[in-house]
Amino acid sequence: MSDYNFAYLDEQTKRMIRRAILKGLAIPGYQVPFASREMPMPYGWGTGGVQVSAATLTPGDRFKVIDQGADDTTNAVSIRRFFERTAGVATTTRTGEATVIQTRHRIPEERLSEDQILVYQVPIPEPLRFLEPRESETRKMHALEEYGLMHVKLYEDISRHGHIATSYAYPVKVEERYVMDPSPIPKFDNPKLDSPAIQLFGAGREQRIYALPPYTRAVSLDFEDHPFDPSKAPHACGLCGAADSYLDEVITDDAGGRMFVCSDTDYCETRRAAGHRGDMAGEDAA
Amino acid sequence: MTPLLSVRDVTKRYGARIGCAGVSFDLYPGEVMGVVGESGSGKTTLLNCLAGQLAPDTGEVIFDTRADGPRDTLTMSEPERRMLGRTDWAFVHQHARDGLRMGVSAGGNVGERLMAVGARHYGDIRTQAVDWLGRVEIAADRVDDRPTAFSGGMQQRLQIARNLVIGPRLVFMDEPTGGLDVSVQARLLDLLRGLVRDMGLSAIVVTHDLAVVRLLAHRLMVMKDGDVVETGLTDQVLDDPQHGYTQLLVSSVLQV
Ligand SMILES: [Zn+2]
Repeated sequence: MSDYNFAYLDEQTKRMIRRAILKGLAIPGYQVPFASREMPMPYGWGTGGVQVSAATLTPGDRFKVIDQGADDTTNAVSIRRFFERTAGVATTTRTGEATVIQTRHRIPEERLSEDQILVYQVPIPEPLRFLEPRESETRKMHALEEYGLMHVKLYEDISRHGHIATSYAYPVKVEERYVMDPSPIPKFDNPKLDSPAIQLFGAGREQRIYALPPYTRAVSLDFEDHPFDPSKAPHACGLCGAADSYLDEVITDDAGGRMFVCSDTDYCETRRAAGHRGDMAGEDAA
Repeated sequence: MTPLLSVRDVTKRYGARIGCAGVSFDLYPGEVMGVVGESGSGKTTLLNCLAGQLAPDTGEVIFDTRADGPRDTLTMSEPERRMLGRTDWAFVHQHARDGLRMGVSAGGNVGERLMAVGARHYGDIRTQAVDWLGRVEIAADRVDDRPTAFSGGMQQRLQIARNLVIGPRLVFMDEPTGGLDVSVQARLLDLLRGLVRDMGLSAIVVTHDLAVVRLLAHRLMVMKDGDVVETGLTDQVLDDPQHGYTQLLVSSVLQV
């Protein structure tokens, strides 16, 4: 690890990123441009999140990485190893024990605390992009709070599907000012954006950082007659029996057998270790 | 009566070339002003200067705002001017695709204006969208179709609905019937005339087509090489043109 500066990036780059982070925290939901660096991994592998983590980590931190809620995917494992090697920080899969958590597509089920930082990997930071591709125009719309277009997207959803079909990357308005893309988390996670933890969002390819300070209000956009609904499929986890967690559908055999299990693997394991059992958990596990 | 719009000495140059020079006029509520001339006469430059899309070099464009009365829109802050553009002003482009979101349904296109000023009830937005589609003779069952599925005439009518749904006090139109087939033009013109009359719209209509101003405009300005060469009541100007250039314009239309 002596081949690298602590956490790979040089100190000057980290200072530049920290300035962007501080600016983001000072203006919640505002997209701060930053000079994204080449990282030894391809875009789409969370280079924005990795740079934010690198600028955030200190030698005393305990680092956790999740990808769709799981600690053991290739992406999560490689980012965790990257910081083990380049920063020598301790790592963990336990949400409660981590001080910095880098995530792709989920917010942990366990409520975070004031001494934790959640770092999101963001593919497309601009929530207005899909209807207004001109960057010059979207910046102006943010500056002038011209957000009617955001509701056009939701209007189109309802006119096509009968309800707001957007289920990921569901836009929020932060402290009644900036409209923000919370990254492709399920809308089920949106209520958890109002959190005691610091939340940092890094988009590498798009060179943007934005942030939510602790206890920031992030309201999901909706219509009076089609209110925001964060509900999920009405199942309980087959392994731990949790009825309040976000679930993945898993195929269990060739005969088309399937079950629903917590997408947050740490949450599920912790519950099972505490003795909770779902319908599909084997008796031997008891 | 306070003019809705007072234009004072508006000049726009492109380097050494004159876009429009020293244009002044008043537009009163409920009045439609036609601006005619050939391409290059400066009529489109003038329209863009008046509508806040182009900054003139000199002059004043004073609009009688709801909140604060007459104000020079050229010295307003950009947020204020953009707010006018979403509320009291409307702009009908010659090419419908410049004024529509082609990837958004007809209902979404009309509804966007309502949502931009804070409408947050889906059912109400949709009801108003369908109502406005009806007023521009687009069937209610097309509300979820995208403009790409519409004919040119329908696209233009959709653009008009999108512009008028918020009840603007001043409408800028740039060759509203341009690029359409003659039969389609006639129908659109008829529709526009009905809307202008029923809503008591105030408008500035730029066109090279004298038939358009004959039907829509109360007053007329004739432009040539950036200058206004003749103004007056529409019928007066068209039936008894004084300036040589206007006489030429009128006679060429008679030959068509
Ligand atoms: Zn579980």
